[in-house]
Amino acid sequence: MVKLTINGRKIIAEEGTTILYAARDNNIYIPTLCENEAVAPYGACRLCLVEIKTAKERERLVTSCIYQVEEGLIVQTDTERIQKIRKMLLELLLARCPESEVIKELAQKIGVTKTRFVKQKGNNNCILCATCARTCEEVVGVAAISLARRGVDRELTTPFNEDFTEACIGCGACAYSCPTGAITMEDRRGTRVIKWPHNRMEFKLKKCSVCGQYWAPEKQIEYIAKTSGTPLSDYDVCPDCRE
Amino acid sequence: MAKLKSPNELEALRKSIIKKRDPNKTVITICNGTGCQAHGCKAVTAAFQEEVRKQKLEDKVDIRATGCHGFCERGPLVVIKPEDTFYQRVRVKDVPEILTESIGKGNVIKRMLYTDRQSGKKITCEHDVPFYKLQKRLVFGNNGLIDPTSIDDYLAVGGYAALTKALKMTPEAIIDEVKNAGLRGRGGGGFPTGNKWESTRQAQGETKYVICNADEGDPGAYMDRSLVEGNPHSVLEGMLIGAYTIGANQGYIYIRNEYPLAVRHIRTAIEQAEAYGLLGKNIMGSGFNFDIKIQRGGGAFICGESTALIASLEGRVGEPRAKYVHTSEQGLWGQPTNLNNVETWANVPLIINNGADWYQKIGTENSKGTKIFSLVGNITNTGLVEVPMGITLREIIYDIGGGIPKGRNFKAVQTGGPSGGVIPESLLDLPIDFDELDKVGSMMGSGGMIVMDDKTCMVNIANYFVSFLEGESCGKCLPCREGLQQMKHILTGITEGRGKEGDIELLEELSATLIDAALCALGRTAPNPVLSTIRYFRDEYEAHIKDKKCPAGVCNFEAVKVK
Amino acid sequence: MSPKELKAKAKQALQKHQHDKSLLVDILQDIQAEVGYLPKEVLQETSQGLGVPLSRVYSVATFYKAFSLTPRGRHLINVCMGTACHVRGAVKVLEKIEQELKVKRGETTKDFKFTLETVNCVGACALGPMVIIGEDYHGEMTPEAVVPVLKDYN
Repeated sequence: MVKLTINGRKIIAEEGTTILYAARDNNIYIPTLCENEAVAPYGACRLCLVEIKTAKERERLVTSCIYQVEEGLIVQTDTERIQKIRKMLLELLLARCPESEVIKELAQKIGVTKTRFVKQKGNNNCILCATCARTCEEVVGVAAISLARRGVDRELTTPFNEDFTEACIGCGACAYSCPTGAITMEDRRGTRVIKWPHNRMEFKLKKCSVCGQYWAPEKQIEYIAKTSGTPLSDYDVCPDCRE
Repeated sequence: MAKLKSPNELEALRKSIIKKRDPNKTVITICNGTGCQAHGCKAVTAAFQEEVRKQKLEDKVDIRATGCHGFCERGPLVVIKPEDTFYQRVRVKDVPEILTESIGKGNVIKRMLYTDRQSGKKITCEHDVPFYKLQKRLVFGNNGLIDPTSIDDYLAVGGYAALTKALKMTPEAIIDEVKNAGLRGRGGGGFPTGNKWESTRQAQGETKYVICNADEGDPGAYMDRSLVEGNPHSVLEGMLIGAYTIGANQGYIYIRNEYPLAVRHIRTAIEQAEAYGLLGKNIMGSGFNFDIKIQRGGGAFICGESTALIASLEGRVGEPRAKYVHTSEQGLWGQPTNLNNVETWANVPLIINNGADWYQKIGTENSKGTKIFSLVGNITNTGLVEVPMGITLREIIYDIGGGIPKGRNFKAVQTGGPSGGVIPESLLDLPIDFDELDKVGSMMGSGGMIVMDDKTCMVNIANYFVSFLEGESCGKCLPCREGLQQMKHILTGITEGRGKEGDIELLEELSATLIDAALCALGRTAPNPVLSTIRYFRDEYEAHIKDKKCPAGVCNFEAVKVK
Repeated sequence: MSPKELKAKAKQALQKHQHDKSLLVDILQDIQAEVGYLPKEVLQETSQGLGVPLSRVYSVATFYKAFSLTPRGRHLINVCMGTACHVRGAVKVLEKIEQELKVKRGETTKDFKFTLETVNCVGACALGPMVIIGEDYHGEMTPEAVVPVLKDYN
């Protein structure tokens, strides 16, 4: 176990825990956007920055989602310096995604109501946190979508920007994981439509042979059957009816 | 050629190479660096070879295409050894005359000599040319003597003797030597090299790597290119010594694809070193194995950053990662990795050969040795200069660089590339030193030294650097990607007459955010050109914003109505 | 080239680099050197041949400036925008070329004669502003010299 201090409070955490999780375990709030416990920390949104002083007296700013607790670490999560940074980051986010309700809410929480920067169009609420792509790669394992291009041209997209990506199984994990709702999933009349910020894809849903409800994309079922080595016929009946 | 099985065999080979060369035989060295190639030196070289054949002078004259001599402004450069006669701006039509007059009759052809600007006198010898006089060409010196595609040339000037010496030392002793020498990274970070080697050596892990960062991306800097082109073996030798010290058996050279000649030469050098058994298994019977692979960059400035470079080596996009755990502990493939810049590696054989005591006598208290700079921009003598740390900017720009051409005045000098800052006239007596440059808001950087005259607009320069970085940002982190975009917008607005009250303060606020919050050094140092131009040329910004005027006469305000 | 030929080119490069995933950038460079750009077929073949997801190959191919996913012109124009060339007037040279060829940087002329790119420092600063066309170095360029220089290329 490691002993450290966060905002003056003595905290004990297991070795290997990040400052962020140690803080959360102790009900200390640190804002995040690109962090998701299902995937490895990425350190892209910078909102979780905290001020630290190590046992060796070294002072620095670190992203708490990545930095692991250390013996004798002194952490400050809400100094004036940190507040200034967060406010600026939210101003930049408001400029990037002016229509995002999630961003507006977070900005309000931090004390930012407007942005002094030029508002962008066409980002469709995507903050490039890549949680979707990382989930698709690390959790689902198919890596159907990714971040293409770089810098201001960076986009979350399918290969070749098509409304199709071979590897996608239509599971919707990306939609679930997106912190701003930039990815949506809708099932209607036997078809699932997944909309990413700049592309979309449709999937035929499988109908349960018992109740007649559409329950999962055929592609997803084929994928599950293949990777688990079970016959496709096992999935003719939906999970509810199997009981 | 059988592989060298022992240091004795290496020395025997060296002796036999030197023996075959007559020290009094005339050698005509012709600079064949990329800069001079643009000047047409290949045709000049071919003309020499042709003419030597015609005049049947093979016994009297050797023609040697060498690496970059440094005085790029005056290329094509021809230096006749051993007399050291220095001819500049040599054309194909001059070649027969040089051979007939200079070689045959021992005459000096006055019109091809360099004219000293102060005295108006013609200068015969290379070492007397003011451009070279104040330099201390320790690392770069052999560039003008050797054919970079000949390992024998490198051996003839003492190459690989440092490796032999190092293989007889313990790694700890080598680390002490490099530490005591005070060598600091030449790529821009200025981190003490010996310390880095020590950390990597001590790190946990069976497989360790050494990397040479040859992704020289600072626009206006081409020192590394000229070293790799002109003396590739010096880099290999440095890497060999480093790898032996750290305990690495695999090395990588990550090099810009935009440097085709350098890529060719380093590939050839590796093949030759392998053929001699200086790379590969059981080097000179020492039991030490070391291989070097080359991987090319894909055109991304960010890949000069160590963690992005490593990502690229792993076949991924060049995205940096947090450095809370150093690459010396977890680098390439998660293994302890030591990454150094080309020039840093090239300094190593010097230190081993001559000792730390000798090395640390050169330079200042905290910045030892020499530094190669690319002296470019609005300067009379454009070229690569190697100077001892501690020399002043004024000496470099005026005494070596020949001052500002076209009768204009000095305005500022920019060092450190996009991570650095501008230095105004009032600070020209600043000594070249890592810490001194940091103090004034700039940095040593990789060695780019851009001189700017009074027809340069500082707001335009700030915008140039921010635009450059916006285009090179990997896009991963929010402050860099969005912050640079917004900074560019504000700066462009100012240069187009749309600047408003509060713009400077907003730029400063954004700058503070990037410095604190950006993920990597690209983002964290991006504000430097902006902050330093505001620091020293605030009045210029205000003229653009308040008066809609560009004092340097660069920015176009036609579209704006002046009150 | 036909899809079959493109696949073959990709296979060749993969072979040369022993299907080493870490050499993705080098492999794509070799393919581009042969084909002139990176069409879909070669990226798909590379993904299959290396066992790397297509999305990652696509990310890498679009991240690095060296790569083009669209066909390029016969002559590649590289205008150096390094700082030294910048202070010597590179911007005006670039603007003149853009004007003459009616393309912006990164684009190819309609007749596929020229592709205009910018590059950050080729290390020939003594001759700035520098414009490289194919393998020809054109130093000390001025806006006035643009038309005569471009005329030489078919």
